[in-house]
Amino acid sequence: MKAATLPLQRPRDAKLLVVDAAGRLHHAERARLAEYLCPGDLLVANDAATLPASLTGLHLRSAATIEVRLAGRSTLAGDDVRAFRAIVLGTGDHRTRTEDRAAPPLLRAGDALALGPLRATVMRMLGHPRMIELRFQGSTHAVWAGIARHGRPIQYAHVESPLALWGVWTRIAARPVAFEPPSAGFVLDWQLLRTLRERDVGFATLTHAAGISSTGDAALDACMPFDEAYHLPEATVQAITRTQADGGRIVALGTTVVRALEHAASVQQPLCSGDGLADQRIGAQTRLRVVDGIVSGTHEIGSSHHELLRAFANEAVLKRADAALQRHGYRTHEFGDSVLIERPASPRRCAAVMSLVFDSS
Amino acid sequence: MKTDRLNALRIAVTGGTSGLGLALVRALHASGAQVAFVARDAQRVAQTARAFPGCQGIVGDIAHKDDTHRIALQISAVLGGLDVLVNNASSLGPVPLALLADTDCEDLEAALATNLVGPFRLTKALLGALAAAAREGRPARVINIVSDAAVTPYARWGAYSASKAALLQMSRIWDEELREHGVRVSAIDPGDMDTPLHALAAPDADPATLKRPETAAREIIAVIEAARVSEGEAA
Repeated sequence: MKAATLPLQRPRDAKLLVVDAAGRLHHAERARLAEYLCPGDLLVANDAATLPASLTGLHLRSAATIEVRLAGRSTLAGDDVRAFRAIVLGTGDHRTRTEDRAAPPLLRAGDALALGPLRATVMRMLGHPRMIELRFQGSTHAVWAGIARHGRPIQYAHVESPLALWGVWTRIAARPVAFEPPSAGFVLDWQLLRTLRERDVGFATLTHAAGISSTGDAALDACMPFDEAYHLPEATVQAITRTQADGGRIVALGTTVVRALEHAASVQQPLCSGDGLADQRIGAQTRLRVVDGIVSGTHEIGSSHHELLRAFANEAVLKRADAALQRHGYRTHEFGDSVLIERPASPRRCAAVMSLVFDSS
Repeated sequence: MKTDRLNALRIAVTGGTSGLGLALVRALHASGAQVAFVARDAQRVAQTARAFPGCQGIVGDIAHKDDTHRIALQISAVLGGLDVLVNNASSLGPVPLALLADTDCEDLEAALATNLVGPFRLTKALLGALAAAAREGRPARVINIVSDAAVTPYARWGAYSASKAALLQMSRIWDEELREHGVRVSAIDPGDMDTPLHALAAPDADPATLKRPETAAREIIAVIEAARVSEGEAA
């Protein structure tokens, strides 16, 4: 697939590949997503706003220029914002591919970092020369102000122009806890929410601290996704319960929603509201307890996001889907096109999907 | 005296270091709300934050596009979400006030930036947080501070009037469009108040004839309380 290189959340020609419960493929305009959801279904989105998690500055002991990419936190609490997992890169910026970026200077526990107005300390190394736990100094208020003023959205080389914060916040972005955008949510706008309502498709949210998608190191990338904190609101639990009782489907908008809901369901049944820390990997062996379908970006084979899709469709179906994405010029990465995958065991299928002409090639 | 009338309600006020905004911050703080306020001057923000412990001061200019999301990020972060946004920060346009025909385009643009486009951008950036509050059964609301000049054509108030008239109509449209998501938007005219902004506009006015900003702040809080009862806790 080709990379989407323009930072447009809803390009007019955005495409949607629908993989129905029978494994058939359909090509659609993404703007018509609502038509592929059934009345009585519930679409669940991640309403996390994205932090400007890239902080440039100095490693004071070596005076070397560094880029710190905040990558994880054990909580969503706004008043507990000092300790982070972070990836440290050497000189350069987003225009260099992450895997080609210079290594950071030798980092040790106790090292001081000056990141614009922020001061931080390396608390410990996390098993890799570029992964650290850091702690910001100063009040919670000062840390938030420093991140807001100095930070920039984490960005990769396939998008050349600098990203602005408004370019990576979804239309429903609420608490700033994600390290990279929950980009499946780029499909959303307020008109789509209105259309869902008109079609009697429910809409609910959770808040999940989406982590970073690449560290630039193959061994570290193989460990991803890292642990991600989430909050599942009571109203969403109630909406899920009602939908299931009425025979509707739970459709996750994005891999982070799958991870949060399935983690919460693995901890307690029936599903309970509250905070959690998703630490599981989802793949072909995962038995999904809650989610019946997923709307996601198009992911490259081998990535953890692609691996997660194997919980929704078998290898043969995904291979055909990947080939179709390739053949029909779908775009990948965060500003790319989307897929909707229905699980074979979905409680019901949408007449709209069944009536489509499917891709027989 | 502190009360708990607005206990745990998360409220943000722009223009929070003077006039009506400052009176609102004071009254909201006394009512037990969780308050974040925004203003341009770092020293005055720090001074106000010190005066009302627990209130979170945010430095930023709502008229500047680059500040919008930085402000929104800090509001949602320090309050853990948002229930009520009060778009109070205002600009008079040219000072001293000028006939519209003598008003520089740049002065009109500055008034529109602060009184119309700024509240539009900030509301848009915080709409996700407000809608999230509504989905959780909280009384999500935007209050835009307008003026009788939004409907009455006073000579020499052109830039201010035009921008507030647009804000008034924008409030009505927001409300029409957002009520299905549980977010209500209202425009409130607080009346002629004894504030630094009014003194700039009408230096010869007798303060004794003007409304105290504290009185207007109490009236706005009554609107927030009523919304809490009718849209939130009663739901």
